[in-house]
Amino acid sequence: MTLRPDPTFHATAQLAMQAPAENYGFTVMLSPDGSQPDGIAVIDLNPKSAKYGTIVHQLLMPNKGDEFHHFGWNACSSSLSPLSGHAFLERRYLIVPGIRSSRIYVIDTKDPLDLKIHKIIEPEEVFAKTGYSRPHTIHCGPEGIYVSTLGGGGADGTDGPPGIFIMDCETFEIIGQYEMDRGKQDKHYDFWWNLPQDYMVSSEWGLPPQFENGLVAEDLLSNKYGHSIHFWDLRKRKNIQTMDFGENYQMALEIRPAHDPKKSYGFCGIVVDTSNLQGAVFTWWRGEDGSWQSKKTITIDPRPEKPENLPPLLQGFEAVPPLVTDIDLSLDDRYLYVACWGLGEMRQYDVSDPMNPVLTGTVELGGIGRGTKHPGGGDFAFGPQMVEISRDGKRVYWTNSLYSTWDSQFYPGEEGGQMVMAHVGEDGGLTLDKDFHVDFPKGHRAHQIRLEGGDCSTDSFCYPNV
Amino acid sequence: MDFDASTMTALWGAVILSGAYHGVNPGMGWPLAVSAGLMEARHRAMAKAIAALAAGHLLAMLAILLPFSMMTALIDWQTELRVGAGLLVIAMGVYLLINRRHPRFLARIPPSRLVLWSFLAAMAHGAGLMLVPIYLGICGIDIAEGNHEAARELMGQNLASAFMVALVHTAAMTAAGGVIAVAIYAYLGLKFLSRTWFNLDIAWASSLILVGAFGIYSAVQGH
Repeated sequence: MTLRPDPTFHATAQLAMQAPAENYGFTVMLSPDGSQPDGIAVIDLNPKSAKYGTIVHQLLMPNKGDEFHHFGWNACSSSLSPLSGHAFLERRYLIVPGIRSSRIYVIDTKDPLDLKIHKIIEPEEVFAKTGYSRPHTIHCGPEGIYVSTLGGGGADGTDGPPGIFIMDCETFEIIGQYEMDRGKQDKHYDFWWNLPQDYMVSSEWGLPPQFENGLVAEDLLSNKYGHSIHFWDLRKRKNIQTMDFGENYQMALEIRPAHDPKKSYGFCGIVVDTSNLQGAVFTWWRGEDGSWQSKKTITIDPRPEKPENLPPLLQGFEAVPPLVTDIDLSLDDRYLYVACWGLGEMRQYDVSDPMNPVLTGTVELGGIGRGTKHPGGGDFAFGPQMVEISRDGKRVYWTNSLYSTWDSQFYPGEEGGQMVMAHVGEDGGLTLDKDFHVDFPKGHRAHQIRLEGGDCSTDSFCYPNV
Repeated sequence: MDFDASTMTALWGAVILSGAYHGVNPGMGWPLAVSAGLMEARHRAMAKAIAALAAGHLLAMLAILLPFSMMTALIDWQTELRVGAGLLVIAMGVYLLINRRHPRFLARIPPSRLVLWSFLAAMAHGAGLMLVPIYLGICGIDIAEGNHEAARELMGQNLASAFMVALVHTAAMTAAGGVIAVAIYAYLGLKFLSRTWFNLDIAWASSLILVGAFGIYSAVQGH
C-alpha cells in the first residue's frame, strides 16, 4: 500500500507515451524439452548503459517443465479507475503462469537486477479453486488480477470449458471463476477490455489435446480450432455476443482493443485461413445499434515454396502460410504490428483508419524456407513472434518462439532463443537495429516480453485522450 | 445562551467541513465525474455525473442519520445513545484502520450506475457515521433548549435537522468534489489526476475515531 499512485500508472494512453523510456525488459526463458527450469531474463534496454542489449540478470524457477508463455503485471494504469477510488498499488510483481504445469509464480521485481520469487501457487490449488487449468494471459483490472486459461478440469483439460479466474491483487490468493454466464464460449486464449465502456472481448485457440503435443493437422484441416470471439458485459460477467468469423478462420488469437477508451473498436489476429492459407486480421467494432460487428481488414498471402524447402507438415501445400501468431497496437492506436511467424516477417500497418489498414513497413527475419539473417550477422531461429512496443511507440521488440512443440513442427532442426529490436520511423517504417540482437543461453527459447513501467499490451486506461 | 450559540455554529461548521473533506476524497467519486465528462466530451455529462454522485451521497447520509433521528425521541437515553453512537463510529474507524485492503466490490458496479456507486462508496467508508456525533450534538442542544416540548414535536424537529445536516453536508461535498473535477477537466488536465490522488485511508479512519471520541466526550460533558 502506497501513499501516492505508482508513477508508472497513467490516466491516459497519451500520458503513458510521454513517460520516461524503458530501462529494462523482462523476457520469458523457456526450456522446450523441460530439461532445465524455465525463467525470466532481464535485458538492459538503456542505450546509455554499458550492458545495453544484453541479459543482465536471470531468475530460474525451482521446478522444471512449467512451459512459460505469457505473463503480466500485478497492477497497471487500471488502478486509477475512478470506480475503485483507490489507486494505491505498486507495479512490482510479475505474475508468470506455466501453461504446461498450471503452476503460477509471483515474481518480485523491486530490484530488476535481483528478481525474487515472492509466491508460488501450486497447480492443485489452481484446479481446486477454479476448475480450470493451463493459465495463460494476465490482465490487471477492476476486481484484481484476471487470468485466462487454456484448459478445463481433468488430466487433459477437457473436463468442462476453460475460462478466466480472478486473483487478489495484493495477497495473490485465487478468488475463483470469473464467468457467471459464458454462453457459447467453450475455448479460450486471449482477452482484453475497455474499462469505462464496461466490455470485455475474449478469443479462442484450441483445447489442450489440440496443442500440447503439437499442432493436430487433421483438426486444423477440418476447422476444429477456435474461430469465434466473445463479447462480455465485463461487470455482469456475462457473454453478451459470440461472433463467429467463419470456420475457415482458424485460431483467433490476440485481442487488441484501441487503447483510448473512448473508441469502441479493436483487432483480432487470425493464424491461418484454411481455405487459402492466408493470414488475416479482423477489425471489430460496436455498431450504432449496440451490437458488435466485424470485418476482415488485413489479409496476407502465403508464399509458394518448393516442397524440399518445407517441413513435412507443409510439403503437400507447396506454400509457406504467413501464420499471424501475434499482433500488437501502439499506444497512440496508430500502428498495428503483425507477426508473420511462418513467412518470417514483422509488418507494420497504419490503422489510423481501423477499417482500412495501410502497410507502412516490413522487416524480414528468419522464416520457413528462407531463414533471413539478422543485419548484425546473428542467426534468427524460427520467425518473428511475440511482439512488444515501447510506450512512446519508437521501438518494437520481438522474440522468436511460438510454442515448444509447434516450433519443432514448423522449423524442424532449428533451435535458439533470440530477441531483436526495430526502430520506427517518424511517419512509419520499420528498421532493425543491427546492434540489438540478444542471444538466449543455450537450451532456452524466448517468448513474451514485458517492459519495465508498462508496455503496449499491459496497461488498461480509464480516461480518454484529450 | 451564548455558549450554545457558538457550539451550534461550530457544529454546523463541522457539517460543512466534513462535507468538503468527503468531497475532496477521490474515494467519494470526483474522478468518476472527470471520466464521465471526458468520455462523452460534454460538460453536461460531467454535471450529470456530479449530480448523480451527490444524490447517492445524500441518500447514504439519510440512511444513517434518519434511524438516529428516530432514536433521539428517547430523551431519557440521550447520553447512552450518544455514547453508543460514538463507540460505533470509533469501531468503524478502527475497522478501516485494520482492514486497508484494495476495495473490490465497488469495482463491480457498472460505470453507468453512479447513484448506487456513490451510495455504496459512502456506506463502505462510514461517511454517514462521521456525521452522527455532530448531528446528535445539534439535537442535544435543541433538547437542552426545549426540554419541556412534547416528544412528538421534538422528533419532528430532529427529523428536520437530519435532513438539514444531510443536505448541507452533501452540498459542501458536491462543491468541493465538483471544484476539483472541473479544475482537472477544464484547466489542469489528467496529469493532475494521479498527482492529486493521495492515500487518505489512515487519515480517514483516524477522522472517524476522532469524531467518535468527540461525540462520547461531549455526551458525557453534557453537550
